[in-house]
Amino acid sequence: MFRFIVRRLLQLIPTLFGLSLLLFIWVRRLPGGPEDAILGERGTPEMRAAIRRSMGLDEPILVQYGRFVQRLLRLDLGTSSSTKRPVVEEFLERFPGTVELTITALVIAIGIGIPLGYLAARRRGRLLDHLSVGGSLVGICVPIFFLAYVLKAIFSENLGWFPSSGRQDPTIDATRITNFFVLDGLMTREWDAVADALWHLVLPGIALASIPLAIIVRITRASVLEVLNEDFVRTAEAKGLTERTVRGRHVLRNSLLPVVTSIGLLTGGLLSGAVLTETVFAFTGIGAFIYEAIGQRDYPVLLGFIMIISVVYVLVNLLVDLSYSLIDPRVRVR
Amino acid sequence: MALLEVDDLSVTFARRGQRTVHAVDGVSFSVDAGEVVGLVGESGCGKSVTSMAIMGLLPRQHGTRIGGKAVFDGTDLLGLDDRARRDIRGRDVAMIFQDPLSSLNPVIPIGLQVTEVLARHRGMRGDAARKEAAGLLDRVGIPDPDRRLKEYPHQLSGGMRQRALIAMAVACRPRLLIADEPTTALDVTIQAQILELLKELVHDSGTALVMITHDLGVVAGMCDSINVLYAGRVVETARRRPLFREPRHPYTAGLLGSVPRLDSGRGEPLNPIPGSVRDVLSWSEGCAFAPRCSRRVDACLDETPPLVRTHDGRSYRCVDPVPLPGAVPAQAGPADQSGAPSPEPNEEKTRD
Repeated sequence: MFRFIVRRLLQLIPTLFGLSLLLFIWVRRLPGGPEDAILGERGTPEMRAAIRRSMGLDEPILVQYGRFVQRLLRLDLGTSSSTKRPVVEEFLERFPGTVELTITALVIAIGIGIPLGYLAARRRGRLLDHLSVGGSLVGICVPIFFLAYVLKAIFSENLGWFPSSGRQDPTIDATRITNFFVLDGLMTREWDAVADALWHLVLPGIALASIPLAIIVRITRASVLEVLNEDFVRTAEAKGLTERTVRGRHVLRNSLLPVVTSIGLLTGGLLSGAVLTETVFAFTGIGAFIYEAIGQRDYPVLLGFIMIISVVYVLVNLLVDLSYSLIDPRVRVR
Repeated sequence: MALLEVDDLSVTFARRGQRTVHAVDGVSFSVDAGEVVGLVGESGCGKSVTSMAIMGLLPRQHGTRIGGKAVFDGTDLLGLDDRARRDIRGRDVAMIFQDPLSSLNPVIPIGLQVTEVLARHRGMRGDAARKEAAGLLDRVGIPDPDRRLKEYPHQLSGGMRQRALIAMAVACRPRLLIADEPTTALDVTIQAQILELLKELVHDSGTALVMITHDLGVVAGMCDSINVLYAGRVVETARRRPLFREPRHPYTAGLLGSVPRLDSGRGEPLNPIPGSVRDVLSWSEGCAFAPRCSRRVDACLDETPPLVRTHDGRSYRCVDPVPLPGAVPAQAGPADQSGAPSPEPNEEKTRD
């Protein structure tokens, strides 16, 4: 088990190397550069060249890459060309919000999706089944930003149940340690800050959860239906076990494998896909920042972001593989 | 009173837009305590559905109808509610299935799959249950039971898996064991071992065994009495010896005749029963076997052939049975033209 984890983490190194080289070259091929974003139409060729020189963009691309890798080894992602602040600092400030939002969405999607998919399968062909299958289709089809606006209009502007924007009420004087607001609150025992941060997460969390929720419901339902027909479920029934034991021990666990796979794939997508939700709810996450970085040709920010997302993807899939082996002894890792 | 008395059991599957299927169409048979009874027939004759109906394992779906009775020790199993049925299943009546690999839960260790029965019906937990489980594995011939308890089904061989399933089935010393083609998925040598084990277990514990199979070799080696099923009905019932020596129903005769024999010459063709199970009539239209039968007479299509019981406890459902060796073959006479051959003197017809 331990060797498996180490091996997978070592595999991460060549993966990141290849990916970064590819991205480095590819991002530079985008038309325009940071100097255009800064100067706009007015810049003279001399001014452009000066800016490029100051950012080290005039050197051969491999030299630039070498410098990038050197910095990367010191966990330094360079300086943002638009905000002039270290990229790592910007990320530490904004990434926690997105991570919190993603975790909220995952908790909602898994917490509702698996039970709902399971119940739909058990009540196959009945009302609950039709509702959840139909509802999940709607969940997949409705664009996130539309759903986000509708949720905001109903639950915050009309009913006033939830805050409409931000991550925390400005009147709450919360201590910041990690920028994970919920975690900070827990660490400093500022319970009002925890509650408020959670409160701010509800609506954007639901909006972001809609698609993964729909996918998890469908996959769980299909998987449970398949397992219900398995011979070993019949064996369990023939033993006279209670329905609870049959369902819990024999059906559910065997149904979870495909669900776990899909959760792993969904997580990475959520992290990078939170942009729209963050925009609607004016939620200070990484999304809006990245969106702007693209417009500004902010190479260090873009590269850093993609690097981090890749690391997260690899880690999440490592977790998926590990939970596989917890669920299914046939794929147990050595 | 027999231990299990199945009386006029019928199972129909109705589906919208499709013809209703009479999978089991009035099956009756009985099993005495300690007896080994065979249910024999080709695939699709209803033998598995019969066992599933008795166990209450048929999926409770819209359109599935179960009729008749299956009286086990005074209680009609078909009339029980779900809870009472779960109490009996695994404790008094247990079942072994065809494919041992798919019949075991792949993600749970063998140990738990054995102890869960002990916990459910005998209230055994922890160390006591583990010890009992190891004892059970040992009893069904699995070496090194303590290690095997911790292993998963995929780590066991095919024969070992079937032994483990048998251990689970006999864990509560059931009075009736139903084995649905328990050796079909196994190698021939393993088959023999498993059959030997089953024989031993029922002999030692006095458990009655219902052996469901299409394999006449298994029947010959195991069963005290045999019910031959065709198209959802019992067409012949007899003790083992008389059945093999003097089959009366043409279908039974056909089954026996289609077994390849070592003493027949090389190159001699096999004798399959012509047609397939799909060429059946509905029993309400006459004899379901008539389309494939070599002894067909007009009377076969008049009505459901009545069950004929003979003095020696045999019964068959045929208007023109295979004559007993030594008996004068039925002559074409007035009786035949009327469509109903006169019954032999010591036979009695029953309408059912």
